[in-house]
Amino acid sequence: MSLEQFISKAVSPWLKEDGPDSDIVLSSRIRLARNFDQIPFPIIADKSELEKVLDFFGQEYQHQSFKAYEDLELVQMRDLKPIEKRVLVEKHLISPHLAESNGESAALISKSEQVSLMINEEDHIRIQLYLPGFQLERALQQAFEFDDWLEEKINYAFDEQRGYLTSCPTNVGTGMRASVMMHIPALALTQQINRMIPAISQLGLVARGIYGEGSEALGNIFQISNQITLGKSEWDIVEDLQSVVQQLIERERKARQSLMDQTGLQLEDRIFRSYGILEHSRIIESKEAAKCLSDVRLGIDLGYLKNISNTILNELTILTQPGFLQQYAKKTLSPDERDELRASLIRERLDLEK
Amino acid sequence: MECQECHERPAALHFTQVVNGDKTEVHVCEHCAKEKGYMSYGEEGYSLHHLLSGLFNFEPSPFGKSTSTSNEKISEQGLKCPKCGMTYKDFTRVGKFGCSECYQAFSDRLNPIFRRVHSGNTKHDGKIPKRIGSNLHQKKELEQYRIKLQQLIEQEAFEQAAKVRDQIKKLEKEVHCKEEGEF
Repeated sequence: MSLEQFISKAVSPWLKEDGPDSDIVLSSRIRLARNFDQIPFPIIADKSELEKVLDFFGQEYQHQSFKAYEDLELVQMRDLKPIEKRVLVEKHLISPHLAESNGESAALISKSEQVSLMINEEDHIRIQLYLPGFQLERALQQAFEFDDWLEEKINYAFDEQRGYLTSCPTNVGTGMRASVMMHIPALALTQQINRMIPAISQLGLVARGIYGEGSEALGNIFQISNQITLGKSEWDIVEDLQSVVQQLIERERKARQSLMDQTGLQLEDRIFRSYGILEHSRIIESKEAAKCLSDVRLGIDLGYLKNISNTILNELTILTQPGFLQQYAKKTLSPDERDELRASLIRERLDLEK
Repeated sequence: MECQECHERPAALHFTQVVNGDKTEVHVCEHCAKEKGYMSYGEEGYSLHHLLSGLFNFEPSPFGKSTSTSNEKISEQGLKCPKCGMTYKDFTRVGKFGCSECYQAFSDRLNPIFRRVHSGNTKHDGKIPKRIGSNLHQKKELEQYRIKLQQLIEQEAFEQAAKVRDQIKKLEKEVHCKEEGEF
């Protein structure tokens, strides 16, 4: 397969579209946790019960379509090789937790990869819906429509007082986790983000790295999401999150401007050095690649680098993950081999721009 | 990903080992990590669940001597979910419910936990499922009409109030019929 074809398969179709404020907000996501009323939650349910859930999804939803989410495909975890699962994790279609399962769990993924349902993860059902850029309200609206469609055939575990019942008490109520993925290099460079993260957490929101819980903020990409799921409506939660994200966007823009005004030459130097490393290195670790990619994307956004498409950060962040590298090589690679392939893949991708 | 030592359990620990400059990635389960000496620090892995379960056991009430002893009594009797068999003790250890009925079974103990986790909130105020919750939708509507009725009476807008009262009666009938039908 040529690199161009590989990239087009690696990057989810929805991520190729531009969204509002997509120079800073890469994507918006809504996740809803739901459970069947009469079946014990996956942590203690026995195999036959979980198998029933899987069969239900196979029978009712395999190759079905709802609105823009066409041709839902049921992918069973036990049928996948470890590398294939890793690729799904790196595309954010499934969680690392689901990938560890070899048993009665699956993902139901729409053709556009905009909707991905995790089945028998911590809860029976986790609906995930993505939109490019900053459009949380639209994502919530669409996730609700999808949720209603599922509810036509499923009796959800729901309680008047407690709301949607989930396995973990941290999700009960709305069962919703709304999040945005933000590229905020100027706030990181000026060290403002370190002061903002504690303030964000006081508002019932949380900022963390790109692959969720416990992961590092590689390449200045942060995920901001709500922590509280009980006592507030989904719309109110989304509104709170939105106003914080809006402020972060404004501050990032200001910080970018003042970096350009005050230390323009140093900034330009940094961007071109990183570009040089990506263009010429023969061995590159994922951390260095993420840093350089962040610089290059900033360079594109600020107009220092011309004639390079701004989707390069999205593409290469995903492509240079270990799972994708090994899928591209079609074999298991040692860390050293991966660093080598990562460097050559980045060079090739940049060549496509010329 | 499975544990590279026993090839049985899922790998829970992932790290990079550097021996004489050679880097290797290690993926092992907690059990093998302990067995093979990969983990030198601490007694056992500390996960989010441990943090959470620590939270559950915490007695929040400052004047809570009496409440804490009464709670202990219940736990001695063994609070247990009749449907899935999970005990309250299991729940505080794992940090997860076993089934939807656990919420009923442990109901008395949950408010302090939810308050801690959700900034003081204990009651859902969001979406209600369309189909199974249609009765709840109407109940919520009824509640709103009753508030409106009260306001109109206070404003002495009796003509409008009468209209609202009729609507309430109609809705009440519907809700009642549904409930009759269900049982």
